Amino acid sequence: MEFKFTVENHEKVVKLFDNYPTKKAAVMPVLYIAQEQNGYISGEVIKEVSTILEISEEDVMGVVTFYTMYHQHMPGKYHLQVCTNVSCMLRGAYDIWEAVKTKTGLKNGETSADGLFSLEEVECMGSCGTAPMIAVNEDFHDNLTKETALELIDSLK
Amino acid sequence: MEKIVLPEIENLHKIDVYRANGGYEAIKKALATTPDEIIDTVKKSGLRGRGGAAFSCGLKWSFMPKTTDKPKYLCVNGDESEPGSFKDRQIFEYNPHQCIEGILIASYAIGANSAYVYIRGEYHKWIKLFQKALDDAYDAGLVGEKMKTTFGTKFHVNIYVHKGAGAYICGEESSLMNSIEGKRGYPRVKPPFPAQNGLWGNPTTINNVETLTNVPAIINKGWEWFSKIGAEKHPGTILYGVSGHVNKPGVYELPSGTLLTDIIYNYAGGVPGNKKIKCVIPGGSSMPPLRGDQLEGIAMDADSLKAAGSSIGTAGIMVMDEDTDLVRVLARISKFYYHESCGQCTPCREGTGWMLKILNRMAAGQGQKDDIELLLSVANNIDGNTICALGEAAAWPVKFMVSRFREEFESRMNNSLDHPSLNKVHSMRHSKITVE
Ligand SMILES: Cc1cc2nc3c(=O)[nH]c(=O)nc-3n(C[C@H](O)[C@H](O)[C@H](O)COP(=O)(O)O)c2cc1C
Ligand code: SF4
Ligand code: FES
Repeated sequence: MEFKFTVENHEKVVKLFDNYPTKKAAVMPVLYIAQEQNGYISGEVIKEVSTILEISEEDVMGVVTFYTMYHQHMPGKYHLQVCTNVSCMLRGAYDIWEAVKTKTGLKNGETSADGLFSLEEVECMGSCGTAPMIAVNEDFHDNLTKETALELIDSLK
Repeated sequence: MEKIVLPEIENLHKIDVYRANGGYEAIKKALATTPDEIIDTVKKSGLRGRGGAAFSCGLKWSFMPKTTDKPKYLCVNGDESEPGSFKDRQIFEYNPHQCIEGILIASYAIGANSAYVYIRGEYHKWIKLFQKALDDAYDAGLVGEKMKTTFGTKFHVNIYVHKGAGAYICGEESSLMNSIEGKRGYPRVKPPFPAQNGLWGNPTTINNVETLTNVPAIINKGWEWFSKIGAEKHPGTILYGVSGHVNKPGVYELPSGTLLTDIIYNYAGGVPGNKKIKCVIPGGSSMPPLRGDQLEGIAMDADSLKAAGSSIGTAGIMVMDEDTDLVRVLARISKFYYHESCGQCTPCREGTGWMLKILNRMAAGQGQKDDIELLLSVANNIDGNTICALGEAAAWPVKFMVSRFREEFESRMNNSLDHPSLNKVHSMRHSKITVE
């Protein structure tokens, strides 16, 4: 499906050009705007971004594949990011990770058939002082236990 | 104890509260002197970088060329992705204006008209908080073109926030610059160094968020005052982030050189269940782990930690009690570096995967004959043979965890196992394993 920025988003893109001496440098923020509009970075998004920034599709693709926060497939309505790095692990993150996998029936990287959840095991999120944690989309949920983690997931409808 | 970076003032994140407490006076004072005088003051203060390498801040600024036609840049490193580190986000949340003021002063000192604040993408909330503070500072005429009228000077600097997108390596300064330029975050070969050839080939200085947040206080109160706080050769306060097996995890701002045991037991409330400590990583997961029975007397500053066989890093202190399975911990650490290696250098790209593979089988009790030696040999072959310091960051935990807790690793070996073919890819360097 063809991708075009909405008028509003296109304005945001053009405004970003003021922040950098080259158009290419705007690729990361522009991809974020595209992802917000489209849900994920499709081939069509890459095409449009490359046209607007006057860089090759390969350059855009290279950025999309390097950074983990650009989704190459549609994530769930709730993208569950469970941190299992050391500070979280020491406070029970693997119990939470196993429980969340069982509860959602998903493996790392999968999205549920109804599109409600996608699941990702993530590296340290910078919440080690309030570990263990799960991020749901952009929001951090800290100081979890297995029980509160499962309650959190129950609350997502 | 007086706090410099995170003073306990209610609503300090609001611009009017910050100003009511003397905020944006330091930049006024700085603009009334010359850039060289500021660099000199910061040098004499002894301020050292809080991003990991503890390099002299003033000295770094002095590397910037004085006469050049090229634009100069400041990059502010808020990538904060080292496991166990969660301090810079406190600044974004509780004292963003002091960071902004530090950026203004640093930019004036090095002659930069553009500054990029690189914040890790996962910090959505903190990016918004910092951006709000920045917008308020712009509106008040304290940043950008309007500075000229506000302060009556010729100098101005624009500050931009650049949001990362999930890559630990982008905290490495040259990778960070490539990322700002809109490229894959590959570290660059050095030299050339950023002060000569940085962002878009122009002179660039990279500083950590906490480093710069100290600067307004140094300008306001003088270098003598700052140089007398904490450890003589690494003065000031440090934001110590304590996590893992402690009763009160969190960020504690204390004078540099505070005893590690003091931080763990008095500030972070000790270990749950009064258990013994088996291991502490004092500076984020890249730094050599210390044995729990050797913590007595270790002071938390760059030189003391070096003498104790570790490194201050980001001052992210990870505490592990006596029941911790260190083989699993090390396997998890290695998984991180395997995941984050950018893949440019063969020793790092391949070695991180091999170390993970070996550690995973050890963790499962399936460590085979010679695995410890093999693991150390892979780590040694990464160390010093790569473009950037992620190589060392991956190798050090392995080298030091294994050498300092060897008995624990030995207990996980199953000496009846010997599958040299599993290691075929590495067998050339490992003389004990016969090539099939
Ligand atoms: C793999 C790697 C990751 C790094 N991550 C960070 C980081 O997240 N934040 C940071 O300030 N410095 C980080 N650094 C250190 C920077 O390269 C650089 O030394 C630092 O930002 C300089 O600032 P300072 O002198 O004020 O400490 C990292 C270094 C490496 C090798
Ligand atoms: S050491 Fe690792 S992370 Fe650094 S440049 Fe080489 S491959 Fe990339
Ligand atoms: S280890 Fe999970 S947030 Fe840092």
